[in-house]
Amino acid sequence: MKKLLSIAAVAITMSAAVSIAADFKPGIIYDLGGKFDKSFNEGVYNGAEKFKKEFGIEYRGFEIANDSQREQAMRNFARRGIDPILAVGFSQAAAVEKVAKEFPKVRFAIIDMVVNLPNVESIVFKEHEGSFLVGILAAMSAKSGKVGFVGGMDIPLIRKFACGYVGGVKHVNAKMDVFQNMTGSTGAAWSDPVKGGELAKSQFDRGADVVYHAAGGTGIGVLQAAADAGKLGIGVDSNQNHLHPGSVLTSMLKRVDVAAYNTFKAAKDGTWKAGFSALGLKEDGVGWALDDNNAKLVSADMKAAVAKATQEIVSGKIVVHDYMADSKCPY
Amino acid sequence: MAGPMGTDIPRWANVVVLPIVNLIAAFLVSGLVVLIIGENPLEVVQILIWGAFGFEEAIGYTLFYATNFIFTGLAVSIAFHCMLFNIGGEGQAYIGGLGITLVGLHFGFLPPIVLIPLCVIGAALFGAAWAFIPAYLQAKRGSHIVITTIMFNFIASSVMVYLLVNVLIQPGSMQPESREFGEAAIPFVHEALAWLGVEFAESPWNLSFLWALVCCVLVWGYVWHTRWGYEMRTVGTSPTAAAYAGISETKSIIVTMCISGALAGFLGLNEIMGYHHRLLLHFSGGYGFVGIAVALMGRSHPVGVCLAAILFGALYQGGAELSFEIPTITRELVIVIQGLVIIFAGALEFMFKPQVEAVFRWFMPRRSAAAPAE
Repeated sequence: MKKLLSIAAVAITMSAAVSIAADFKPGIIYDLGGKFDKSFNEGVYNGAEKFKKEFGIEYRGFEIANDSQREQAMRNFARRGIDPILAVGFSQAAAVEKVAKEFPKVRFAIIDMVVNLPNVESIVFKEHEGSFLVGILAAMSAKSGKVGFVGGMDIPLIRKFACGYVGGVKHVNAKMDVFQNMTGSTGAAWSDPVKGGELAKSQFDRGADVVYHAAGGTGIGVLQAAADAGKLGIGVDSNQNHLHPGSVLTSMLKRVDVAAYNTFKAAKDGTWKAGFSALGLKEDGVGWALDDNNAKLVSADMKAAVAKATQEIVSGKIVVHDYMADSKCPY
Repeated sequence: MAGPMGTDIPRWANVVVLPIVNLIAAFLVSGLVVLIIGENPLEVVQILIWGAFGFEEAIGYTLFYATNFIFTGLAVSIAFHCMLFNIGGEGQAYIGGLGITLVGLHFGFLPPIVLIPLCVIGAALFGAAWAFIPAYLQAKRGSHIVITTIMFNFIASSVMVYLLVNVLIQPGSMQPESREFGEAAIPFVHEALAWLGVEFAESPWNLSFLWALVCCVLVWGYVWHTRWGYEMRTVGTSPTAAAYAGISETKSIIVTMCISGALAGFLGLNEIMGYHHRLLLHFSGGYGFVGIAVALMGRSHPVGVCLAAILFGALYQGGAELSFEIPTITRELVIVIQGLVIIFAGALEFMFKPQVEAVFRWFMPRRSAAAPAE
C-alpha cells in the first residue's frame, strides 16, 4: 500500500512536471520605445521570434505605455504563470527588483542593468567596445579628417556609446575632429527621424564624412541624410546595413536578440542561471556588421585594422574606457 | 468655460447629456475600429470595464491615474476661467516634481507629518514659479500664453534631463533618476486602510487622492466664492469691462497662472512622493496634456473634472488590462480609443448640441418656445 502510494505520488509529481513543461510560457516586457523601434527593443523581439519559430513555443509580450505600468505588467505576468520574464531596458530595474522579491520562484531577466537577486539574470553589454570598432572604421573611411555622432538623449548610456566611438576614432588618428549632437530631451528624441536627419546634415555641412548614430528610431533619419548627401552613416543595435545599401558603412551590433534567445532557451532546457553577465567582444555580445550591402565600403586595410583591434581588446591589450566606470570620457 | 452656452435646453442637459452622448459616439467609433481589426467590441468593452473597476487592484490603479488627471485637469480648468489656455501643465508638473525631490532629498529625515506638507509647498512653489514666467510675459508683454507655455514644456524637459544626468543621478548608475528619498512618503491607501483594519489589495493609489479632492473643493470655493475668483472670471469674460470696473488684468492673469501651475505641480505628489519615491525622467508622462481634455470634458467645473479624471483613469487602467487580455489590442489602439474620447468630448464638444436640443424641444415644446424670447 505504501509503495502504491509512493508510486502514485511520483506519478502525480511527474505529471505536474510535464504540465509545467507544456505550460512553459516566457514573457517580455518592452521598454517605452515599443517592440518595433527598428533597433533595441526590436532586437529583443527578433530573438524571441526566432525562439518561437524554432521550438514552436508561444510567448507573451507587453509594451508599456507609461512608467507606472512596468511593475503592474510584471506582476500581471508573474501571477499568470509567465516564466521566465524578460525585462528590456535599464528603466525596468526598480520594477524587477520589487516584483522579483514578491515572486521568488519566477525567473526574471533584465537587459542593460544589474539587479542582484537570486532569481534574476542580469545581462549588460559592453557597447563601448563595439563603438570603438566602428569608430576605427569611421576614422579610416573619412577622408576629411572629421566624423560625427548623433545620440538620442543626453543620458549616461548614450555617452557610453559616444565615448567608445571617440576612442576608436582617436585610436586611428588622435587629431581627428568628432562632432557630437544629441537629439532632444523628451521621449520623442528616440523617434524623431526628421530632427536626426537635420543634425546629421549639419554635421555633413561642417565637413564630416561619416556619422554614427545611437538614437533608436531617430537614427533612420541620420542614415537617410547620409544617403542623400552621398556620405556614410553607421547603424546601431540591429544590422541596419540594408536600409541604404552602399551608404551605411557598417552597424554596431548589440546582440540583444541573442541574449533574449539564450535566456528563453536556457530556461526551457533547465540550464538557466541567475547572476550577472557582461557581453562584450569576447562573448560576441557586441560587434560590427559586414554583409553584401557594405562589402565594397570596407577595404582590406580597414578589415585588418578592426581585426587587430578586436584581438587586442579581447586579449586585454587595449582597454576601451567605459564611461559608466567614472562618468568621464578621457578621449 | 464661458462659451456658446446661450441655450434653450435645461442646464443639466447641457452638462450631463451632451458629454454622455459624446462618450457614446466615441465608443461606437472605437467599436468600429475594434471590429476592423477582428475583435469583438462587446468583449472589449467588458474587459475594459472589468479591467478598470472589476477588482480591488484595478480600482486602485484607476484612482491612482485619476488623481493625476484631477490635478492637471484642475490646473487647466482654473486657467480657462480667466480665458487662459495653459498648455504648460506638463512642464509645470515636471518642475513641481523637482521641488518635491529637493525637499525629499534634503529633509528626508523629518517625520512624514512635517515632511509631506513641506513637499506640498515645494511642489506648489516650483510649479507656480514655472507658470509665473509665461504669465508675466502674457500680462506685461502680450506674448501669447499658448506659445510660451508650450515652449516652457521643452525648457522644463531639458532642464530636468540636465539635472538628472549631471546632478541628481546616483554615481555609476545607468538610470537617470535620483536616489530614493528614504522612509518618509505619502502613505498608500492600502496601508491607510490596514491601519483601520480593512484589507485592500496593493496598488499605487495613495493619499494624494484625498489632497486632490481637497483641491477640488478649494478651487470651487476660490472660483465662485471669493473676490479674486470673481475678478478672475470677469477678466476672462470681458477684459475691458473688468478694466472699467477697476480690476487689474495683470494681477488676475498672474495669480491665476500661478495657482494653475501650483495645481499642476501637485502631480508630483502622486507620482513621486506617493508612488515612485524618487525622481524619474519624464515622470509627468503626458498627464499634463491629457489634463486639457479632462478640463474640457469636465466643463471646467471641479465636479466635472473629477468625473472626467476618473473616466480617463479608467481608460488608462482598463486599457492596460485590455492589451494584456487581448494581445492584438496594442497600446497604440488603446491610445486610439483615448484619442477618440478626446476628439468627441473635447474638440467636437458641441457637435451633437443641435440634435440634443431638437430632442428636448420635441419633449418640452413649451419651454423651448419661451426660451428664444428671453
